[in-house]
Amino acid sequence: MAVTTNPSPSPSKWLGKSVKRKEDDRFIAGRGNYIEDIKLPAMLHMAILRSPYAHARINSIDASAAEALPGVVAVITGELLATYKLAWMPTLSGDTQAVLATDKVRFQGQEVACVVAEDRYVAHDALELIEVDYEPLPAVVSPQASLEEGAPLIRDDKEGQSDNRVYHWESGDAAATEEAFAEAHRVVSLTTHYPRCHPSPLECCGAVADVNPASGKATIYMTSQAPHAIRTVFAMVTGLPEQNIQIISPDIGGGFGNKVPVYPGYVVATAASLVLGRPVKWIEDRTGNLISTGFARDFHMTGELALSRTGEMLGLRVKMLSDQGYAYADAQPSKFKAGLFHIVTGSYDIPAAHIICDGAYTNKAPGGVAYRCSFRITEASYLIERLVQNAAVELKKDPAEFRRKNFIQPDQFPYTSATGFVYDSGDYERAMNLALKEVGYKKLRAEQKARRKDGTGPLLGIGLATMTEALGAGPSRDYDILGLKMFDSAELRVHPTGKAILKLGVRHQGQGHETTFAQIVAHELGIPPDDILVQEGDTDNTPYGLGTYASRSTPTAGAATSMVARKLRDKARKIAAYLLEVAEEDLEWDNDMFSVRGAPEKSKSIQEIAFAAYTDHPLGMEAGLEGVHYYDPPNLTFPFGTYVVVVEVDPDTGTWKPIKVVAVDDCGVRINPMIVEGQIMGGLTEGYAMAAMQLITFDDDGNCIGANFMDYLIPTSWETPHFDLFDTCTPSPHHPIGAKGVGESATVGSPAAFVNAVVDALSHLGVTNVEMPVTSGRVWEAIQAADGS
Amino acid sequence: MTQFSVTVNGQKWEDDIEARLLLVHFLRDNLVLQGTHVGCDTTSCGACTVLVDGLPVKSCTMFAVQTDGREITTVEGLKQNGELDPIQVGFKEEHGLQCGFCTPGMMLVSRALLDENPDPSEEEIRWALSGNLCRCTGYQNIVKAVQHAAEAMKPEPEPALSRRK
Repeated sequence: MAVTTNPSPSPSKWLGKSVKRKEDDRFIAGRGNYIEDIKLPAMLHMAILRSPYAHARINSIDASAAEALPGVVAVITGELLATYKLAWMPTLSGDTQAVLATDKVRFQGQEVACVVAEDRYVAHDALELIEVDYEPLPAVVSPQASLEEGAPLIRDDKEGQSDNRVYHWESGDAAATEEAFAEAHRVVSLTTHYPRCHPSPLECCGAVADVNPASGKATIYMTSQAPHAIRTVFAMVTGLPEQNIQIISPDIGGGFGNKVPVYPGYVVATAASLVLGRPVKWIEDRTGNLISTGFARDFHMTGELALSRTGEMLGLRVKMLSDQGYAYADAQPSKFKAGLFHIVTGSYDIPAAHIICDGAYTNKAPGGVAYRCSFRITEASYLIERLVQNAAVELKKDPAEFRRKNFIQPDQFPYTSATGFVYDSGDYERAMNLALKEVGYKKLRAEQKARRKDGTGPLLGIGLATMTEALGAGPSRDYDILGLKMFDSAELRVHPTGKAILKLGVRHQGQGHETTFAQIVAHELGIPPDDILVQEGDTDNTPYGLGTYASRSTPTAGAATSMVARKLRDKARKIAAYLLEVAEEDLEWDNDMFSVRGAPEKSKSIQEIAFAAYTDHPLGMEAGLEGVHYYDPPNLTFPFGTYVVVVEVDPDTGTWKPIKVVAVDDCGVRINPMIVEGQIMGGLTEGYAMAAMQLITFDDDGNCIGANFMDYLIPTSWETPHFDLFDTCTPSPHHPIGAKGVGESATVGSPAAFVNAVVDALSHLGVTNVEMPVTSGRVWEAIQAADGS
Repeated sequence: MTQFSVTVNGQKWEDDIEARLLLVHFLRDNLVLQGTHVGCDTTSCGACTVLVDGLPVKSCTMFAVQTDGREITTVEGLKQNGELDPIQVGFKEEHGLQCGFCTPGMMLVSRALLDENPDPSEEEIRWALSGNLCRCTGYQNIVKAVQHAAEAMKPEPEPALSRRK
């Protein structure tokens, strides 16, 4: 059970209440409506032929045998798409990506041709009959090799691209940082790799495209976390008028960033429906999902921390090389080439920092998406938290004490970091102290010492991560995707009987919006959540918004919901004043009604006011009770927390397991604590997954290893640890209800805690690093390689 | 085409199907029981779990014709006489689901566990669920959901014959 140490500052009947989820009724009955559940009359089925090579020239494609197979309606190739100017498409980072390969394939699993058939089995049969003549080319499988002189040019299709560099980007102050390092008493450095992994939601991607040949209206059901932005991209790519494109994102079986980009399958299904005049369904298989859609991470990082004689952090220098695959296809703000990686100073008051980031093309799938994180913050958080652990060891200081000394202090907020973030609020020491108390830190350290001395049994390791995130992108002055500003929106209509419909520009994938956002309306207007229907995902019927990722829904659309509800409350006040025949100023709002100040028996409930808005509104006033609000956040929000992981490591075999995990999260005001805790536990599990097992890797020829759930390991209930959750509450000063967002905090922060714990267990042996995923083999090797000091 | 008959959620079906038709596709497409999901195609994730003669089976790796003459329970069959099964109640009450995609398989595995072992320990629950993947919850609340159902299914204690103060 969570312990609330600081209750919500704005108590209300609905804010901070663990309301059971409204959406669950359909899911527990098996009556969700996921992409594969969409079936339309005369619907055809599409399957994708993928490249077996990482890099090859396509000499020819012979689809005649496939076309001749009974039941096959069409075989679509890149050559055919090129006649519609659809062989290539833009990525959300402004690069280009092939829809279907024309000249070359540039990664194993690339989409080469599509079969459209009457039946899904026939479509897959036909794939086997397509003959492609490939001429294999040398594959580039590391970003270091990619940037070497003479490396094969991967993007020879791009005019002016003479090497494999995607971007070079710097942040911070180089000169000030040099100065800090010149003054440093000691410099601690760490070179590490955040390995490539994949969000792999349990539901793969898919689309059902239905272009009406008579009206020209394209209705496209799609597994999309950002349907509005995708509609605009579709309009720009296809030339179809935007009002004739309707993207419907039905129930989504998990997203985690994987369902933000536009994938070739969506485009080809739409093109096929347009050409054939029938609905076309494409459902990705798991291998297709793992091998071709948005992977995550794959940052090679070196961090150096300049320290004073007394252990103060003076400066941070970071070099990062990103393996982007063959297309730069992150979905991230255009201003920041490496996402928000430059928040790498973390929770610490570091006066100077300089970050140099380079991105390189390789013969791998395009990416990388922000997997359950706010645009590459996970990599930044991991680097600084690992670096801080190593610095503490070098300084022979307790890692908690070393953090305490260097935390940004509560009186420093709003705090401007060395790379330009303005942290809104925080109290890092309070969160860490709570975590240390709950885990029993002092006792654990004594136990660790005793076990080391004893020399028998498993070693004990205690790992901390004290992370700060920046999320809720974002203020329009800095944040856009392909030029679309990252505001979000809410539209609220209260009907005559006092029941409401709330429509949002975001799209949940399990985060519980249908309940949480109803609670925000309930908090502001007093209409019970059960009387509020929350709708998302249909671009024809919801206001424009940028979607759900980067933990942005509560900071942006949640704020918009508050604001639109307040607009309606203002109008309700006018109606109540009219009904009660008093001046507006004489009315008081209390939970769900306006009453006359000093005469509380004279009141009108929100339901009565809503009825009057349609039946008895003041002459001259617009009828109805509805509104829309587009919320442009003034700043990002900065949730934080402390994760403490306790592990046991068997030094003889390298096997390790977490025996206790304590998480203290401060995400500001919690709207629905039950849902918040669910998000944190899910995030911790993915943090453990990345630390312990999730890995997409490649052999020297660019063959993907990790292309199914037998090779790409996902934690089960058996190895996933138990979590103990606690919280503190430091409201966001600029969010209407003080909420900060939480969906990704634990994924961002916890991997470093797991790895720090393993390294901590072995630090007396001289082990300073074990790369993720921390397999028993790697632990054993690290022990063998250590000098035993 | 192959003749076969099967009982699904208490209703008998006879059909003439392709021998290669997977059980999951028979259920989803032929019977339009769409609560059974496909997550991985390789028997790894368990989203497609149904009960065949009461035992959990991953229906993406079984041909429909293999169930000839057998009884299948899908998520749609959990609710009986208008009443949710205790396991369904447990999942909602304990926030045992988020995106809902793994939930039908998870509930059916849990149901089979409770049929065999009405009072499982946490370890037994975690072991029973370990063939089914969830990407959202971290399993802790799923374990609680199963415990919730187990508690709800416990028979009423026999009334004491006499009670003395």
